[in-house]
Amino acid sequence: MSALGKDLLGLEGLSREQIQLILDTAEPFKEVSERPIKKVPALRGKTIVNLFFEASTRTRISFEFAEKRLSADTVNVAVQGSSVSKGETLVDTARNLEAMRIDMVVIRHPASGAARFLAERIRSNVINAGDGKHEHPTQGLLDLLTLRDRFGRLEGLKVCLCGDVAHSRVARSNIWGLLKMGAEVAVCGPPSLLPRGVEALGVTVFHRIDEAIRWADALNILRLQLERMEAGFIPSLREYNRVFGVTSERLTRAPRELIILHPGPMNRGVEIDSDVADGPSSVILPQVTNGVAVRMAVLYLLAGGAPDWAADPSRVEER
Amino acid sequence: MANPPRRLLDETAMGRALERMVAEIVTRAGGSETLMLVGIQRRGVELAERLARLISAEGRPVRLGKLDITLYRDDLQQIGPRPVVAETRLPTALDGATVVIVDDVLYTGRTIRAALTEFTDFGRPRRVLLCVLVDRGGRELPIQPDIVGITVQAGPGERVDVSVAELDGRDAVELVPGGDPA
Repeated sequence: MSALGKDLLGLEGLSREQIQLILDTAEPFKEVSERPIKKVPALRGKTIVNLFFEASTRTRISFEFAEKRLSADTVNVAVQGSSVSKGETLVDTARNLEAMRIDMVVIRHPASGAARFLAERIRSNVINAGDGKHEHPTQGLLDLLTLRDRFGRLEGLKVCLCGDVAHSRVARSNIWGLLKMGAEVAVCGPPSLLPRGVEALGVTVFHRIDEAIRWADALNILRLQLERMEAGFIPSLREYNRVFGVTSERLTRAPRELIILHPGPMNRGVEIDSDVADGPSSVILPQVTNGVAVRMAVLYLLAGGAPDWAADPSRVEER
Repeated sequence: MANPPRRLLDETAMGRALERMVAEIVTRAGGSETLMLVGIQRRGVELAERLARLISAEGRPVRLGKLDITLYRDDLQQIGPRPVVAETRLPTALDGATVVIVDDVLYTGRTIRAALTEFTDFGRPRRVLLCVLVDRGGRELPIQPDIVGITVQAGPGERVDVSVAELDGRDAVELVPGGDPA
């Protein structure tokens, strides 16, 4: 079994040492993407299925690059045009793929817990690429790596997640990861978009963006999903930008240089202004670069716990 | 318990061996083209740095690189991923250069096989030479060194340990009888 176990489902289930190992392993993989031939043979002969039940550009491409740079063979399954649209269940889809002798599944699904549900029922390694409002562990890891690159440490760092924390799997993975690595975590947003009881985890709550800017070393600005407005969580996009938007004018009042993260895709002029997103404090594009390295590290580490088709009959049993 | 380790080279002898290896590298590499020493992680890196210092002291320009071959191993599936992958840094294109692979111990030859494969992904050196401090025998592939510090016949149960001052606080080469396979 690998140092991470069979699957990567979330950062909540990882130890500090395991997170550290992934971040440290990502370092040499950064260099692989700078080589003239951006490919190493580490996962040669492994077959990986990217099973995406939700739209995704960045995450899916990032996983695919990571897989290809490790020499794995990859197949992309999108919901449109697959048997899923004919009503096949998740487990049946996965079992059929497994019958073709695959080694790993990367899954993105709108239902929280979908990755775990699948992981408990198939022998292949499962990597959660975002499940509902639950977790998006590789995004959390790439945020940690980007912060560590910038500050040289995570211990004691003050990071505020801003915006729609309640509906955000990125926020949840960040909160678990940052707390485990010894950072201080805050959330900032309108009460309707903050999860109830988050203080119980030791997270500070701000309702004014200026307070967050005064407190933090880094802001991770979450995407405001536009459907939230229709659902009545916020009065209007303009109103949201006026009260919670991160603008360069607001950032000039920060007591120290603030590093700006955003998981993308951005709504420029809503949660973040263009001059902040493109400004010198933004690490939004380094986040994307680090995403490939972190995913290579996770794939590489999990491959050591690859399914042994002969052994471990317990997983074959129906639950 | 196992017998005590047998000292093959002490600090003085190791220094002498390195100087002799430098002379051979310079002779074999010839004069004109780029000379690059590439140390194999872990202790090959320190040995390559020392050899490069000695070569520069003779006025011959030399470049220095380091290579981690973990991702090119042929036994990743058997041993599972080795968690720590160290740095790979090659300062310039390999095309046309004379590359000297530097490693501490040559045993099965599989590390060098992996290094040669990795080089082809970086470019096409004009020539590749293999330089090792210890050739302990026991090859599993048709790979032979060009420049050797010391040759010793070590059995499969034995281990050859190279210590370098930079990492281990002292210079030494020791034969450890009946130890755990490294």
